[in-house]
Amino acid sequence: MFPLGIYPYIIGGLIIGIGVSFVYILTGLHSTQSSLFSSTMSYLSNIPYFQRKTYLDSREWRLFFAAGVILGAIIYALTVSPDGFWMSSVQWWRLILGGFLVGFGTRLSSGCTSGHGISGIASLSSTSLIAVITFIAVGVVVANAMLLLGVTP
Amino acid sequence: MNNRNIVLFIGGITFGFGLAWGGMARPEVVLSFLQLKDYGLILLMGSATVTTFIAINVVPRFMEKPILGGEFKPRTRELTRNTILGAIIFGIGWGLSGQCPGSALSSLGIGNYPILMGIASMFVGAYVMGRFFGS
Repeated sequence: MFPLGIYPYIIGGLIIGIGVSFVYILTGLHSTQSSLFSSTMSYLSNIPYFQRKTYLDSREWRLFFAAGVILGAIIYALTVSPDGFWMSSVQWWRLILGGFLVGFGTRLSSGCTSGHGISGIASLSSTSLIAVITFIAVGVVVANAMLLLGVTP
Repeated sequence: MNNRNIVLFIGGITFGFGLAWGGMARPEVVLSFLQLKDYGLILLMGSATVTTFIAINVVPRFMEKPILGGEFKPRTRELTRNTILGAIIFGIGWGLSGQCPGSALSSLGIGNYPILMGIASMFVGAYVMGRFFGS
């Protein structure tokens, strides 16, 4: 069930939770991920969807948050990472096609693994619970279908 | 840089470090969860959610409002057809590539620069969603 052990997951999750909690206790903001893609578009596109108040109010802190996420992972790679820096071998077409669907789907659903998955469920939102069950179930089906089709890794 | 942005930057560093520690910066680890070979992602999500649950549900009993101002308000969303449809589309992309928004950013940090193609596509996907299907 846990070929890599359980501790990296439990400790990693705890650290993530501490980060989200730290932001919430200081600012009341839910530091979730996928809204970044829409709020940043408000700098580039004048259409009303992207110029809505919630994106204009959050676009700056979401960029600081995203920069932090990248830096946090750099710090991990430079310090405790057993393998230092590391590169995936998932094919480029999967990153591009998958990325498009991830961007489109998370924004249509108003949340991702962090917004629905962590902050939503921690807020006892039934909407988020339903979203999480849905994207995990679909993800499991698609990942196994790819495996059966011989697409690896 | 105002105080709020500093807090978000520090929170982001913590979040990205935790994602990387928990293996989520590697699409292969996420895919091995979705292929039902390694159930660790559930542990990670559970441990992050329990910690956040305390911040959202317990801390406000002892504090009137956030330290830097604002208000404590749980994150709730109305359930619509789009919530489900979007989750299905996200699930397809997730199962195809092992990337989600946060994990892709942390993946960039651990040196997996091809993930920039995925991140760029996420922006395009979010743009197409807002431009043609946003209300």
